[in-house]
Amino acid sequence: MRKFYGTELPNPLMLGTAQYPSPAILEQAFRESGAAVATVSLRREGMGGAGQTFWRMIQDLGTLILPNTAGCHTVREAVTTAQMAREVFNTKWIKLELIGHTDSLQPDVFQLVEAAKILTEDGFQVFPYTTDDLIVGERLLDAGCEVLMPWGAPIGSGRGLNNEYALRSMRAEFPDIPLVVDAGIGLPSHAAQSMELGYDAVLLNTAVAKAGDPVKMAKAMARALEAGLQGFEAEPIEARDMAEPSTPVIGKAFL
Amino acid sequence: MKILLNGEPDEIKAKTLDALLAERGFSGRVATAVNENFIPAPMRPDHELNEGDRVEVLAPMQGG
Repeated sequence: MRKFYGTELPNPLMLGTAQYPSPAILEQAFRESGAAVATVSLRREGMGGAGQTFWRMIQDLGTLILPNTAGCHTVREAVTTAQMAREVFNTKWIKLELIGHTDSLQPDVFQLVEAAKILTEDGFQVFPYTTDDLIVGERLLDAGCEVLMPWGAPIGSGRGLNNEYALRSMRAEFPDIPLVVDAGIGLPSHAAQSMELGYDAVLLNTAVAKAGDPVKMAKAMARALEAGLQGFEAEPIEARDMAEPSTPVIGKAFL
Repeated sequence: MKILLNGEPDEIKAKTLDALLAERGFSGRVATAVNENFIPAPMRPDHELNEGDRVEVLAPMQGG
């Protein structure tokens, strides 16, 4: 198993904590799926101290915590958010999100590399939300990242793996780097497909939180990830164009 | 003095960032920034506020 900055995950499910119908359903989805990592964010604290209630619940889940810089559009904004997240969540891990396009929420990879360099030099362990571009991946590694998180499809779209070829190329290009499909997952089959490509984890949120039954979907995702991982490890057959009978031809009766 | 607290105009008596948090009842896990610069918790008592400062008080929240 590839390690994430020295940490081995108990399973490949990184689950977001946003958009659930209720805190109770969020909690149950985490408990029943056994998600290894919970992603969280920082937002303005209200006078009622809503953030403190949420923080206590997250701590009780007992998962690893991955704070994000969601919604940041500039290097400065992302770096400051990361610094604040490190203090609040007491972790060096940061999911670095630098949004470049309003409609697709596509990462601004140029600013992403710049921010990743600043943050790694400051002691952060950066999980960059990136595209499936190989050169950007190389630049992020040069900047000090030890994990890459290419998108499957735009955040919240549920489209699955838009470009399986590119994700497969990324796996081949970076054989020793932990890779996470981050964003775009809609179905358990998408999660399984990611693991069948040899990815190390999948980060998803909307597919579970907005499902009719988030708890059941969280469990389905966990099982699909496990199935995909085992399928990859079992070394699948090569696809072929022609049929090959599986039942022996020899000994067939003449009828 | 008049400041912007989490984007809203506010009039406060506090002279420092630490005192502002107490005056407005913030407690627990929060992170602070003044004029877009992160102010670590240990520096809050010494961080003097000025008229028109933009203060952000952030807390853990749901995220993906």
